[in-house]
Amino acid sequence: MKRIISILLENESGALSRVVGLFAQRGYNIDTLTVAPTDDDTLSRLTLTTQGDDQMAEQIVKQLHKLIDTIKVVDLTVGSHIERELMLVKIKASEPEVRAELKSSVEIFRGHVVDVTASTYTVQLTGDSDKLDAFIDAVREIGIMEVVRSGVSGISRGDKFLRV
Amino acid sequence: MEHLSGGEIVIRALKDAGVKHVWGYPGGAALHIYDAIYRQEDVEHLLVRHEQAAVHAADGFSRSTGEVGTALVTSGPGATNAITGIATAYMDSIPLVVISGQVPKIKIGQDAFQETDMVGVSRPIVKHSFLVTRAEDIAETIAKAYYIASTGRPGPVVVDIPKDVTDPSYKVPYEWPSSIKMRSYQPTNKGHRGQIKRAVKTLLSAKKPIIYSGGGVILDDASEQLTELAQRLNYPVTNTLMGLGAYPATDRQFIGMLGMHGTFEANTAMHESDVIFAVGARFDDRVTNDLDKFCPHATIIHIDVDPTSISKNITAHIPVVGTCTSVLNEMLSIIDESDSKPDAQAINDWWTKIDQWRADKGIYTASRYEPSGGDTIKPQDVIKALYKETQGDAFITSDVGQHQMFAAQYYLFDKPRRWINSGGLGTMGFGLPAAMGVQLAHPEAQVACVTGEGSIQMCIQELSTCSQYNLPVKIINLNNSALGMVRQWQDMNYSSRYSQSLYEDSLPDFVALAEAYGHVGIKVTRYEDLEEKMRECFAHKDRVVFMDICVDKSEHVYPMQIPGGSMGDLYLNKAEKS
Repeated sequence: MKRIISILLENESGALSRVVGLFAQRGYNIDTLTVAPTDDDTLSRLTLTTQGDDQMAEQIVKQLHKLIDTIKVVDLTVGSHIERELMLVKIKASEPEVRAELKSSVEIFRGHVVDVTASTYTVQLTGDSDKLDAFIDAVREIGIMEVVRSGVSGISRGDKFLRV
Repeated sequence: MEHLSGGEIVIRALKDAGVKHVWGYPGGAALHIYDAIYRQEDVEHLLVRHEQAAVHAADGFSRSTGEVGTALVTSGPGATNAITGIATAYMDSIPLVVISGQVPKIKIGQDAFQETDMVGVSRPIVKHSFLVTRAEDIAETIAKAYYIASTGRPGPVVVDIPKDVTDPSYKVPYEWPSSIKMRSYQPTNKGHRGQIKRAVKTLLSAKKPIIYSGGGVILDDASEQLTELAQRLNYPVTNTLMGLGAYPATDRQFIGMLGMHGTFEANTAMHESDVIFAVGARFDDRVTNDLDKFCPHATIIHIDVDPTSISKNITAHIPVVGTCTSVLNEMLSIIDESDSKPDAQAINDWWTKIDQWRADKGIYTASRYEPSGGDTIKPQDVIKALYKETQGDAFITSDVGQHQMFAAQYYLFDKPRRWINSGGLGTMGFGLPAAMGVQLAHPEAQVACVTGEGSIQMCIQELSTCSQYNLPVKIINLNNSALGMVRQWQDMNYSSRYSQSLYEDSLPDFVALAEAYGHVGIKVTRYEDLEEKMRECFAHKDRVVFMDICVDKSEHVYPMQIPGGSMGDLYLNKAEKS
């Protein structure tokens, strides 16, 4: 099953490569990866998604925690959580009917058209990964020129938080 | 406050970290540091002949003393040569600090002369690594390196220092940090009290228990606690290859090493057991055999300081994360306070079974191989002769292959830190440099390197280092003119097609080679000479002696687990299975 793992990491050079290297070394896959400093710029927050059963997820969390630069690790999928991903899609849109159809699809998915030319629409969409997948399926026939996805960011619901 | 250059700080920091010996090899990027070494007397540098040996020597030093070993190399090829040594230490959790010179910061990334991304290259085989970018950071980084290397599950730490950071013309205030605190690194030492109570309860209720102890017990100096616990309960003990010596091998309760070349009684007892008490061991594939067939009746209690070792290969029913010493101490005190005692009748019955296995198929109750005689010297008998001559009290390092297994089986280690081998990585070439490290740490002790003519040639250049620093190690070369373990597998799995495992006509004259380095060489070809030559070897107290012993070329190591089987499925010899 899909796992969303959040990591609080020292914001130091080489720290990210240790995380990525660990996945390569231990034979785990990374499906998505996002990383940026937090409000405390000595810390990076990293979210990655991977596939694995409970035992594998437990081992991944333990291995990540063992890295010296890692401060906290949590498998968000264990509890209730919020998952968001940002996507930018550039789509062929020269014909008026196509443009109209696209606009309505974007509205249905609560997206925004963020750039327009005579022959293209660029659409911005946020949501969980399934929603972004569904939008891609919906507009695939129209002609997708380019897709950029940020990868998943996640946060747990309720009172729980990941902080030093 | 004192002002020092970066190079001076490196050496001062080593001194303040308690380091007395550094093994290394100079080169361009490390020359500022080497100049600082020249101008002081607190830290002794030992010059090896290859950087791999520097790390192995520091490793042998560490394994035999428990202290952190230190190596110093230059950038590029110096750093990459050190990699095998670092990986060896990593796999066996040996605390080392390896300092590497690096090209100046401004040249990093320019494909400069002797540039290698050492932090990148070493990343998968270090506990941690640092690239130091300012002279001001050297002392604290080195302090952290020793702290990280030696705490939690120990391991090697690399400190990569660009040449400009050690510039002699740039001086900064020197201060050695009084303590190290890292918010991202706080290893668990004390086990969970509730889990420990559960562990004791399960252990005391066992009818067919076995204590399976590994290298972690030795690394944490928990041998005394382990022995105390085992003897108080009268439970059988088996040690892993890395754990030999943690429990005295000559004691009745010791049933031998387990695993691929473990004894019949240890492997069978594991397979039949109802409770396995694993201490500082990691259920390595060389122990478990087929995971699906592993010990079907056993409840598994697993103590380890590293949470990732627990339930990695085999699911533990009662995991305890903590150091072996603290958890065993706590278990002992809980047993003291507890009213429940082991089931004496059940344990007696269990011992009756084990003793029967020992008597029937054990390697210590009868000789399970053809006898030596004439010009046939069995490798096992060489180890027995070595044991006899050294009264079982030498430090034995080994290389990798058949000789390693024979040494593990037939040299009965009664003390921890006496058996020094590359168990995890299986590094040929480890034995001789490791022996140098051991001899340096224990100048008065008998130190022997059990090796083969294959392994010894992987670091034979260190015979020169032995001369330079007067390290009178004894080399016991089990010469069977072939890569013995490779050939054994080729006999067993490839219809004796000896692909690239033979080189008989091109082997050197080891006696002459030893003499060329200024050492004593002794050749043994007949069994009746073995004991006397062994005595002669150790009579040369202050000399390196290279004993080249021609052993039976056809001998295999047994017992041997049958691939795809359970722990107890063994070949007992060329003809018999368990």
